Amino acid sequence: MSLLTLACALTAPAVIEDVAQAMTDTTAQTTQKSWLARAADSDLWYSFVRSPVTIVSTIVTILFFVSAIFANWIAPHNPFDLASISIMDASLPPAWMEGSDPRFWLGTDDQGRDILSTIIFGARISLFVGFASVIFSMILGISLGLISGYVGGRLDAFIMRVADIQLSFPAILIALLIDGVARGVLPREMHQDLVFYVLIFAIGISGWVQYARTVRGSTLVEKNKEYVQAARVIGIGPLIILWRHILPNVMGPVLVIATIHLAIAVITEATLSFLGVGVPPTTPSLGTLIRIGNDYLFSGEWWITIFPGIALVLLVLAINLLGDWLRDALNPKLR
Amino acid sequence: MLTFIAKRLVQSILVMLTVALIAFSLFRYVGDPINNMVGQDTTLEERVELKERLGLNDSFFVQFGRFVANAAQGNFGFSYQHRRPVSDLIAERLPATLELSIVSAFLAMAIGIPMGVYTAIRRNSWLSHSFMTLSLIGISLPTFLIGILLILLFGVVLRWLPTFGRGDVVQLGWWSTGLLTASGLKSLIMPSITLALFQMTLIMRLVRSEMLEVLRTDFVKFARARGLAERYVNFVVALKNTMVPVITITGLQLGSIIAFAIITESVFQWPGMGLLFIQAVGNVDIPIMAAYLVLIAFFFVVINLIVDMLYVVVDPRLRVDSAGGH
Amino acid sequence: MKADVEHNSLLTIEGMRVEFPSRRGHVVAVERLDLSVEPGEILGVVGESGAGKSTIGNAVIGLLEPPGEMTEGTILLKGDRIDHLDDAAQRKIRGARIGMIFQDPLTSLDPLQTIERQLVDTIQRHLNLAESEARARAVDLLDQVGIPDPDVRIAQYPHQFSGGMRQRVVIALALCADPELIIADEPTTALDVSVQAQILDLMKALCRDRQVGMILITHDMGVISETADRVAVMYRGRVVETGTTQQIMSKPTHDYTRSLISAVPRPDKRLKRFPLVTYIEDAEERPEGLNLATHWLGKVREEHKLTGNLVELKDAHMRFITRHSLFPSRRLYLDAVKDVSFAIQPGEVFGLVGESGSGKSTIARMITGIYKPSGGIIEFDGTDMTALQSRAAAAPFRRQMQMIFQDPFSSLNPRMRVEDIIEEPIHFHKMAYDQSEARQIMHDLLDVVGLGAQAARKFPHEFSGGQRQRISIARALATRPRFLICDEPTSALDVSIQAQVLNLLKDLQSELNLTMLFISHDLPVIRQICDRVGVMRNGQLLEVAPTETLFTDPQHDYTKHLLKLMPKFRGFRMPELES
Repeated sequence: MSLLTLACALTAPAVIEDVAQAMTDTTAQTTQKSWLARAADSDLWYSFVRSPVTIVSTIVTILFFVSAIFANWIAPHNPFDLASISIMDASLPPAWMEGSDPRFWLGTDDQGRDILSTIIFGARISLFVGFASVIFSMILGISLGLISGYVGGRLDAFIMRVADIQLSFPAILIALLIDGVARGVLPREMHQDLVFYVLIFAIGISGWVQYARTVRGSTLVEKNKEYVQAARVIGIGPLIILWRHILPNVMGPVLVIATIHLAIAVITEATLSFLGVGVPPTTPSLGTLIRIGNDYLFSGEWWITIFPGIALVLLVLAINLLGDWLRDALNPKLR
Repeated sequence: MLTFIAKRLVQSILVMLTVALIAFSLFRYVGDPINNMVGQDTTLEERVELKERLGLNDSFFVQFGRFVANAAQGNFGFSYQHRRPVSDLIAERLPATLELSIVSAFLAMAIGIPMGVYTAIRRNSWLSHSFMTLSLIGISLPTFLIGILLILLFGVVLRWLPTFGRGDVVQLGWWSTGLLTASGLKSLIMPSITLALFQMTLIMRLVRSEMLEVLRTDFVKFARARGLAERYVNFVVALKNTMVPVITITGLQLGSIIAFAIITESVFQWPGMGLLFIQAVGNVDIPIMAAYLVLIAFFFVVINLIVDMLYVVVDPRLRVDSAGGH
Repeated sequence: MKADVEHNSLLTIEGMRVEFPSRRGHVVAVERLDLSVEPGEILGVVGESGAGKSTIGNAVIGLLEPPGEMTEGTILLKGDRIDHLDDAAQRKIRGARIGMIFQDPLTSLDPLQTIERQLVDTIQRHLNLAESEARARAVDLLDQVGIPDPDVRIAQYPHQFSGGMRQRVVIALALCADPELIIADEPTTALDVSVQAQILDLMKALCRDRQVGMILITHDMGVISETADRVAVMYRGRVVETGTTQQIMSKPTHDYTRSLISAVPRPDKRLKRFPLVTYIEDAEERPEGLNLATHWLGKVREEHKLTGNLVELKDAHMRFITRHSLFPSRRLYLDAVKDVSFAIQPGEVFGLVGESGSGKSTIARMITGIYKPSGGIIEFDGTDMTALQSRAAAAPFRRQMQMIFQDPFSSLNPRMRVEDIIEEPIHFHKMAYDQSEARQIMHDLLDVVGLGAQAARKFPHEFSGGQRQRISIARALATRPRFLICDEPTSALDVSIQAQVLNLLKDLQSELNLTMLFISHDLPVIRQICDRVGVMRNGQLLEVAPTETLFTDPQHDYTKHLLKLMPKFRGFRMPELES
């Protein structure tokens, strides 16, 4: 998965313990190694391979991603194809219980859709919205953070003030607001079409602050480092300095934030869908499923809520574990 | 220090005004207020007259000024859906949300902070490891799912606790409280745990990581080198230094509890402001949305001010100026 | 070594071995170590970075960074065994029998507690005193370490004290319970030269008066020669030689000690080259001399003959805002540079010397355009740089001046390969026709600085401090500058590496006829390399004179003061290294 390779590449300048570093200070240069050999030798890979929990969670995450991408081929049924759904199949229990249908491993919902297939497609939607929001947040947050940190002065003060104000409002609230406003401003049909974009925008806008703050902090530190001053002495302009010198050096913590943010984005989307203001009911995500199932909890048809619930928790848990490991692995002080 | 307070006050007012501006824009420009207020059969002349009467033809600033003045007195107009004054609706619902939020906040801090300190000091005990694992699960569980699971377990299967509503309330003047009745308290248990869980795990992780950072500093090392007791080093030196960043973020987090209550109230059908807000979003009931926004901003501003005051009390570097070149 | 060890000494270390297990195998920080300290004596432990000196201190007081551990050896304090004790017993010793002082006074004190609280708590921990008695003792301690108005200042917080004062407080804290031994780990490295001397004097007096033994760990030979009674020289985890200070400084026996001491720049005479430390097991190659006739750097230089000053400053002024405010009257300013005027002739090496905060680095940054001067004129080759409006107009001048920085660890972009770092200015100033020519130039430069073409594809972290400075030099030379500013280029390097880099700079300067501005706080180095020197303090230029004149016949009081503070050791010299 690209996350892993990216992480390895970023930490190819591997972290060396102080004592060993001091010892090698006067030795001659090390031999040339290929990129791959260096990655395999890096501390990041070492710490990865040593932690079974991380390996498992990476596998789980990869599984989710793969099934999301190849959903059409993997899922036993297509829950969005109205023609293939029959109300006669509604509310069937999972395959190991009485009164079930072997076609539907995890049972069906109130409209006859196969739970397993809907989970697969729903996970895909959740991941899609989550990812897109994170990327949107990242680009917005990193740009603002870089500019704010490097330029400083009034612009910096203004951007940080806006960030502070926005921090007062949790992501959920902002997302709800934007969604509500969009609903009011756009005519109904247009809103339906644009629902995904509105959702991604809403979740994305609510998340840029963390990136901006972290990047700004790192930029402030890097800005005063001598290699940046050296570039200025050469005469290089600020845009190139930001792109070539500062950006690669502030990306480290961004990655960790991104994994945490992905988990939060997925949860936010699920929450919004659960509350009824997320994805449209025709393309249900995991949150929508849980919502539908909620009404049937009391009547004993627990599988409609529980299985999507478990899927959601597994997905978020895996992402969080990866993020945790990444943060610990990239922090040399914790060793 | 007085300048510090004054500056923060000015900033707070600016924040409130900005939020008021956004709320007002929502109010005035999203959808047509007139359309939302009157029925189908109102004539065009009546609409024009209504528009004039409500002052909707005045300039932007005049209308904004009026909005702010009204808001300061708690008047947010009429709800489109409920056709009652928004302030009445809010007054009815506010106690429910506030009680829930305060109890949850208290739970989150009372459990989160000690757990965070413990897992930082005793990094390798099995209890620490289990806390860390539980916390990981805690932040992976969406709030609404926690609520549903709790309802399933304690409400449906075990039948110990009520599954929705607030139970019996006692009216104390304008405030209605559920804390004085048995059923009220029982109804409070699951929602407050649901709301507190996410915050609790966040606070725990935050306290832990900050404390670990502090335990690595030179002054902690120096304190150990002077032979001071472990308990002293941990609780007098390290903990106090941890509190400084923790206060800020905890304050922000707790402020967000009030907003997170939206979800919990939906799941438990808790008659608070959050539920009101959700319904308003669904119905595009702008006055309620705008009022909620302003109210939340107000709470945050107040909480931020308190946090800043606490900051000054805890960190002497803010109180007294540094030495020159003495 | 064994002969040195007495069993009724204050501290006796025998056969110590400290290992740090890591995934790459066990790193041995210290091995076969024997040391002893007597009451009232100061034992200096000197060595370069990585020698293991701090490890000794940490091991004695039981604060080795995990996973480090002492695997062999014994430590005896007045005959009692103090290694491998359990936690409770350790804590009884720390503070009560052994005190420790760290390098950075800024971070050694708890910022949230008053000095009183920190002192009293420590006193009460070890001595059974009531609160008021403890406080009285604390005030007395502060007085002994030289804090004025101790009764008043005891109630203040650490941030209200200056660096030197803070270190005095740290010393007071270490002395709270009358320990028998004090370990001082680089206690004055973070302090200014003048403050340094005061603190060292204080420590000497305290040891003598209280009959306390001290282990003074430092890399600074000057500190050792002024303060220590006996010296142990360390190299790569082992003690290579011990003896009295007099002995070690003037008649060292071990090869490493001999070359280490010779390599310390002489304050009293200017030599043609800096003597090298030849003992290093894998010494780096000396770069070959530069043959300008065939080298790229010597190719067609189309610049005109220079007349007049190359660089001139007239009333240069730099003001920073330290506290912003809406009201101009409430703003606070710092005048880092005040009305400084001087000129640098072509081909000359001009030195700027002063303590930290004197403004010398600020001047460098004003000349190179990193800071825009608040006032005054800066001329380069006759052109007023301050009047140039755009970056494009300034570019041809920027090409002619380059800079080398102090910190080898932050002066190279850690995510760029060496070849990209060096090629960047070549491409920016269009010094080459195409990529292959740029590459050729880059390899040439790496040869000039002694690193060779195989360094090109690597990243900065794969190199040592000295090697990184060479890469910086290569980068600076890439635009064929006429003017090179060296801002404390060797202050962060070990003595042995310093000499190599300084010799390289000397060679390059003479072969390329570079004009240099050499900034340093280290007077002996200035004497060795500069033609004329300017002395700065608090933003003002106090005196400018030819080097020899400044050192033999200083005019300004401050210059005299600085010269007095220079370590005076008549150290051992290897005559074969001085040409």
